[in-house]
Parts: sequence; structure tokens; C-alpha cells
Amino acid sequence: MTEIRNQQGGLPWRDAFFGSIRAFILSVAIVGMRTTSDETGVLWIDYKPWDVVTIVATVFVVRLLLPSARGAHSLLVGLAALVSVFAIIGYARHFGEIQFATFLVAGLVLSVAGFASVAAANERMRTLLTPASQPVTAGALARRASRNRGLVLLGLAAAVLFPFLPFADRYWLDLAILILTYLVLGWGLNIVVGLAGLLDLGFVAFYAVGAYAYALLAIHLDVSFWLALPLAALLAAFAGFLLGFPVLRLRGDYFAIVTLGFGEIIRIVLLNWSEMSGGPDGLTGVPRPSFFGIAGFERNPSEGETAFHQLFGLEFSTMHRIVFLYFIVLALAVLASYVAKTLRRMPIGRAWEALREDEIACQAVGISRASIKLWAFMISAAFGGMAGAFFATRQGYVSPESFTFIESAIVLAIVVLGGMGSQLGVFLATLLIIGLPEAFREVEQYRMLVFGAAMVLVMIWKPGGLLAGREPSVRYAQVKNRMRKKLSVLEETP
Amino acid sequence: MSPLLKVSDLTMRFGGLTAIDALSFEAEQGKITSLIGPNGAGKTTVFNCLTGFYRPGGGSISLSDDAGTLELTRMTGHRINARGRVARTFQNIRLFARMTVLENLLVAQHVSLHRSWFPAMGGLWNSAAYRQAQEKAIDVAASWIERLDLEDWADQEAGSLPYGHQRRLEIARAMCTGPRLLCLDEPAAGLNGAESVQLAKLLEDMRTEFGVGILLIEHDMKMVMDISHHVIVLDYGRKIAQGSPQEVRNDPAVIRAYLGAEQDDDLEDLIGDDTTGREIEA
Repeated sequence: MTEIRNQQGGLPWRDAFFGSIRAFILSVAIVGMRTTSDETGVLWIDYKPWDVVTIVATVFVVRLLLPSARGAHSLLVGLAALVSVFAIIGYARHFGEIQFATFLVAGLVLSVAGFASVAAANERMRTLLTPASQPVTAGALARRASRNRGLVLLGLAAAVLFPFLPFADRYWLDLAILILTYLVLGWGLNIVVGLAGLLDLGFVAFYAVGAYAYALLAIHLDVSFWLALPLAALLAAFAGFLLGFPVLRLRGDYFAIVTLGFGEIIRIVLLNWSEMSGGPDGLTGVPRPSFFGIAGFERNPSEGETAFHQLFGLEFSTMHRIVFLYFIVLALAVLASYVAKTLRRMPIGRAWEALREDEIACQAVGISRASIKLWAFMISAAFGGMAGAFFATRQGYVSPESFTFIESAIVLAIVVLGGMGSQLGVFLATLLIIGLPEAFREVEQYRMLVFGAAMVLVMIWKPGGLLAGREPSVRYAQVKNRMRKKLSVLEETP
Repeated sequence: MSPLLKVSDLTMRFGGLTAIDALSFEAEQGKITSLIGPNGAGKTTVFNCLTGFYRPGGGSISLSDDAGTLELTRMTGHRINARGRVARTFQNIRLFARMTVLENLLVAQHVSLHRSWFPAMGGLWNSAAYRQAQEKAIDVAASWIERLDLEDWADQEAGSLPYGHQRRLEIARAMCTGPRLLCLDEPAAGLNGAESVQLAKLLEDMRTEFGVGILLIEHDMKMVMDISHHVIVLDYGRKIAQGSPQEVRNDPAVIRAYLGAEQDDDLEDLIGDDTTGREIEA
């Protein structure tokens, strides 16, 4: 700790003190006083001293810890600080004892972990001053690959078992479904933003197209969910194709602005084209998915049909449908993950990354920028469409309200926070961005503040995103192994 | 036999500035043709017209082989590489910096790997045709990695390579696109003496082994004079001289362009004469 502080120079205490004074000056009038009125129309000022204290205390702690913590471990320190501050403030305001204890314990654990990792990082720094850089061997790569495969299988098994765990009630399953939906969206957008490097601010358009496509197909044409799902993906991909065309020649900020416009256009069309979309009321009565068309999840199925619980001889429970929805979205997420991961290792995936690196050089090696961009747009839109169809069937209704710019912003935040291109990073970021506001739901209005603070902290300490490192799509060490094998086969056969 | 590349009356204007003025020249297959001239003479502009980054204001650029003739001025952007098989490198290196050396060489083979989308998507279900195409591409890339002695760097990010390696990697990337005409924009810039010699050897190998025609922009006069078969001298967008290195070296117009006056001694220092050049090498 001391070493890093010395390098930084200056005193963190003084810095934190002045920082909190600035925070006080800024917040005292804006946050601390609020004009309110009663029904008689008399205005008065409502003083909110605790809100100001919260902000000043947070700034103080953050400024104190900021210079001392850099790198992955520092995230823990930051979270610890936040959780602790909120535990104390929350207790002072309206927390019960149990909530207070939970937060405090979480804060303490995170603090210990954070400071321990800071110490460990310092230790590593000392020993690694003269690194003996070892080339990665094929054996090490194979070991790492098999370990990763093991971890993925473990995670998958945990995800499959999750609904059957004792604590997995309605709340947890709904949260898991929400997280998985955003995961599909995140992995979809990751193709355009993370791999192809095109800042798409209108991703929600494809989410909306998917949702409305399923709703309309199911309501008017009675198409089943399983058939409508690929259709929704196709329609969204087609929308991606249409929207992709005008922006082919744009890049950077201009590209972002136009996609932002498209996101809004779709929403406004849905809002105004009442005959098709039901306007602001949206579409109600979107069919819930059935158990592969065999049985529904109703308590009392209509004449001549069997319900899911009757089919399996179970007691009726509303949880059956939730669990089924969970498995649908889990399957979608697994599919999305597989497709996205495989595409990245294919020529088209490498071309996307090349496009992100250097458009001019792409053209010089014969890659058609237009077609590569269109592919990225379409495939990513198809992911959005699938997530949209799932969203529609889960909600049972769709309305333009669900597809505002903030949705695009959240998915984009997930991708950027995750580290542009990394699948695991997107997963962690989804947990953080969707999970964190849920975890802080207790503190109501402050949860968005925590959310914002967490974003700021991550961007300070990990400007490249949570997992900024890039895993090569193919490694020479492995390839060489394969070639050697091929050679030895040639030698053996006379 | 008609030349591989035939440029006639090429003209390029930027507003009121005529960067290239009715330029005509030819380049032959398996030969090295150098484009030299003072800074701002329009050499890189010629390259940009050739490789589709600029649309020339007039003239024609035609590329012919046994199969027929292609008019490059009518082709756009990536097609000049994909169909015309013209590859280039850039004056300020443009690698895919955060991708590895191996990946850079694989991206360059995108056209052959992604000729039609269905087989290219075979990776999703790991089809045999897809696997074979991948392995072939990797073999091509690996052969270039070995040739350029980049094995220890193959899994490193291209942007982290030493400068000289980056230069050579960019040439290898251009070669991986399977070109018949290779346009090199100052490949020796920033290289030390030993690296320049290595580069000259590489260019010689490429032209003899792969039969590729090389169009070279270079300020390293010793290298130009040593390896070129044909030299074209530009100044203010016009061709002021052409011929064998020996002819160009003694051309008064060239001397004027480079030095602004007829000062033969200085020119000798600049481009060296035949004998001294050889002696240094020996």
C-alpha cells in the first residue's frame, strides 16, 4: 500500500477532504434542498441532510481509496467502500437490523478481500520486476483449454440445476431470466460493437422488431413460439439489413448518431401505427409458450387438452411456467454463446475484428467493408430479435414503452463494461449491471446512484472494461503442433 | 507479351492541385519497377489510384494477363485486391495491430476463404470443407511466418512487433492475398542496413518464386538502384525520366529534380555510383 501511495505523491487524506468539500458545495443546494408543495399549493423547502451526507461520505471514501488501488483487485476495494458506506447511511435512515448486518458483513468481506489483493499485487510486483517471459507452450494451452471447458461445463450444470435449488423462488428465477435475456442481447450487440467496432446506439430497434414480430405472428396467424422464434430472428436480421444499408459508408460518431435515430424511428412507428401495433397501448394477449406444443401451463386447461402438471402428474404450480421460461432463455443464451464464439474464430469473425482495427487495410486485403458490416449488423440483429420474441412471450404483452433508448444504453453499457469483445466480460458485466440495481433495490432511489458510481469506478480502474484482454482466435503454438503431427504421419506412411 | 500493368494518361486532381498529370508507365510481371521522386511528387497518389483508394480524374489503368484485361479505374475498393489481385503496403504501416501475426496473415486470405457465404459459414457446424480450407489457410500463413523468421512472434499482437518485423509482416500479409502485382510504399523506410539487405533479398525471392510484379516506391536509392529493373522518376505529378537504373542515374532532369541545380557531386553522394555501391556491399 505505502509504496503505491508514495509513487502517487500527495496525501490521500487531504485529497479526500477537499474532494468531499467540493461534493458538499455541489450537492447541498441541488440534492439537499427540495421544493415541495401540498394540495393547497403552498411551497416550502424540504431539507434532506442525509442525502448530502451520503454523497459527501461516498466521495470521501472513494477519493481516499482511489490512489491506493489500481488493477483488478481495486474493484473489490471500491465495492467494499460503497457497500460499507451504504450500510451505515442506510442504517441511519430506514434499514432494519438484518439488512444492516448483511450489508456490513458484505462490506467487511469485500474490504478484507480487496486489501488482501492489493497487498498480493504489491508482492507480485516486487517479485516480477525481472520477468522471465516464458513462451506459451502447446501443452500449457491444451491444459488451459481443458480447464476452461471444465469451468464452462460446471457453470452450465449450475445453471441447469439452479431452478431446483431450495432458495430459487420466484424472485430469483425472474432475476435470472432477466439477466439471461440481457446476456443474449449483450452477446448479440457484442458482435457489432465489440468485434466490428461499430458503435450501435439503436440496438433496441431489433429487440422491438423481434418482440412485435412474435406478438403479431402469434396473435394473428397463430404461429407457435418455436416456429416464431426463428422467424422473429429472421425478421430482425432483415431489419438489420435494411438499417445497415444507409450507414455502410459512415463510421465513428456519425454511425452512432444514425443508429440512435433508427432506434427511435422504430419506437415512434410502433407508437403511431395503431392499426398494426396497437399504438401506445401495445399488443395484449400475446400467447405464453406451451410445453413444446404438447401441453400448456394453465391450471384448468380447456376441454380436450392436457396441462403440463396433468401430463406429468404434478401438483399445479405457477412456478412450472417460470422454470420453463428459464430453460428457454438458458437455451437461447447457450445458442447465442456458441454462435458468437464460433463466429469469432471463423473468417468472418476475424474480418470483423480486422474492420475494427483498420478499415483501410481491410479494403487493401480485399475485404468488402460493406458486406462485412452488413453481416455483423444482421447477425447481431438476429440475436436481438430472438431476445425480443422471448421477451414478448414472457411478458404476455408488448408496448413501445419497453423499447426506449435506455434499453440500448443498458446493453451498450454491458458490452463496453465487459471489455469490448470478451464473452465472459459481457457475462460479468450483465451480472453487475442487471444484478446490482436489483441487489440495491432496498435502498430505492439510491440504487441508480450506486449503479452510476460502480460504472465510474470500473472505468477509472479498468478503462478497457472488466476483461480487456483479447484471446487470439487461433494460436501458432497449437497449429504448429498439428503440422508436426501431419508431418510425422507423412513420415510413417512409406 | 503485353505488360502486366499499363497506366496511360492517369490524371488526379485535388481541387486546383494537379497531383498526377497525364502519367503513363508500365510494369512487367516478375520484374521490379521503381517509382522515385522528391517528396510530394505524387508517388503515393499513384498507388492510391492503382489500389482503388482514389478515383482518378482521367486516364486508364489496365491489368492484363493470359486470361484477359481488367480496367482498374472502373473497379471499386476491395475488388481491386479481390478480383484484380493487386496488393499493397502502406507508407505508415497499417497492420491489424491488436490481432496476432498469425491472424493478420489469415485475415489476408479472407477472400479465398469467404468466396461464398454458405461454405464459409460451415464453421458453425464444423463441416469438412470448412476445416480443410482453414487448414490450408493456416499452412499458407505458417509458411510465411517461417520464411520471415517470425515464429517466436507468431502469437504476439502485430502492433507489439519491432518496426522492421512489422514492415516485413505487412509485405507477407499482402502476399497472402495471392497478388500478381504488389505495390510497396517505402518498404525500407526506417530499416537499418542489415534489414534493408534482408528486404531486398525477400523482394528478389518473391518475384522469382511467385512471379509477382513489384511496383516499388522507395527513397533508399542504393536499394532502388540495386534491385530495380526499371525506374520511373516523378516530379510534380509528371514523369520526368524513365529507364534502367543506370540511365536514370545519369539523367540531367533527375538531377535537377532532386537538387534543384546541376550539382553532380551532391547527386553522387545521394544515390552513389555503381562502383562505390558494390564495394560497400562486398
